[in-house]
Amino acid sequence: MSAIWIAVIGASVTAFLNKYIGHSVPEKWLNKPGFMRINALVPIVLLSALVGVQTFTNKKELVIDQRFAGVIVALIALRFKAPFPVVVVSAAITSAAIYNWF
Amino acid sequence: MSINPKKNPVDRTAVSVAFTVGLYGAAFGAAGVTAGFSILQTCLLSILLFSGASQFAVVGIMGAGGSAISAIATATLLGFRNALYGLQMAPILKVGGLKRVLAAQITIDESTAVATLQENDEDRKRGFYVTGIGVYIFWNLFTYLGALGASAIGDPSVWGLDAAVPAAFCGLIWPRLKNKTQFLVSAIAIAWALLLTPIAPAGIPIITTVLLAVIFGVKK
Repeated sequence: MSAIWIAVIGASVTAFLNKYIGHSVPEKWLNKPGFMRINALVPIVLLSALVGVQTFTNKKELVIDQRFAGVIVALIALRFKAPFPVVVVSAAITSAAIYNWF
Repeated sequence: MSINPKKNPVDRTAVSVAFTVGLYGAAFGAAGVTAGFSILQTCLLSILLFSGASQFAVVGIMGAGGSAISAIATATLLGFRNALYGLQMAPILKVGGLKRVLAAQITIDESTAVATLQENDEDRKRGFYVTGIGVYIFWNLFTYLGALGASAIGDPSVWGLDAAVPAAFCGLIWPRLKNKTQFLVSAIAIAWALLLTPIAPAGIPIITTVLLAVIFGVKK
């Protein structure tokens, strides 16, 4: 089995366990203040790290290219409360324009 | 249960959320294929995993050459918030057996958010199910269309798909950044991941940022 298949099946199993456990355990097991604060930060750090890696790296090298311009435009769109599809499409158009014409 | 978005305000909210979020599935479908996943593998993530941020993380990490273990671990940590949503929803839904399995599968950001907006348990239930099932249908449909579209494209950069993926992540993070500490933690996480990228195996720069969450979470 390829690594991608292992990731697809493994992550699907643990995702379901996360969801099912929430429906099945007593509330006090998970509802602890310190733990909740850490948990609120987990998506922020993981997703931020993913943005960094997907914007500024190519394999193991750090690079600045058309993706950075696309992400800047996405951030501007978010700043002006644009809906999700507008954010994604405006980033794609910016990046594609730079890639194709420069 | 019949759904009537014209007359019922709960259905109206649920269906519009489901459709808008579902559209976003096209970005995921494209991201999956761009990262080297087949159309089938990309669609299975939407069918089985069904949690946007975790799905993007799996294809993002595998696409960058990371190991299956780091992809699974990152997706699991991102999906833990769904367990907390389950805690909130269980006393309202009161379901067991197969129904609980189905309710668990559609326990995500959107279904819980629409449910908690409602004023009584009857509407909360309705909001949860209509949104959850609606997102499930549209998200899977658009994942397939996005994957199909991206596989027809040779070089993802030509269509800007290489920037669409991090832009999609920005859209997921943005609503979570509500104060200075959160912005700071986000910036440090980016810096940390970039510093480690040239020296650590792919996937490690991302999963190790959880240490930052622990440090900043415990500190307060």
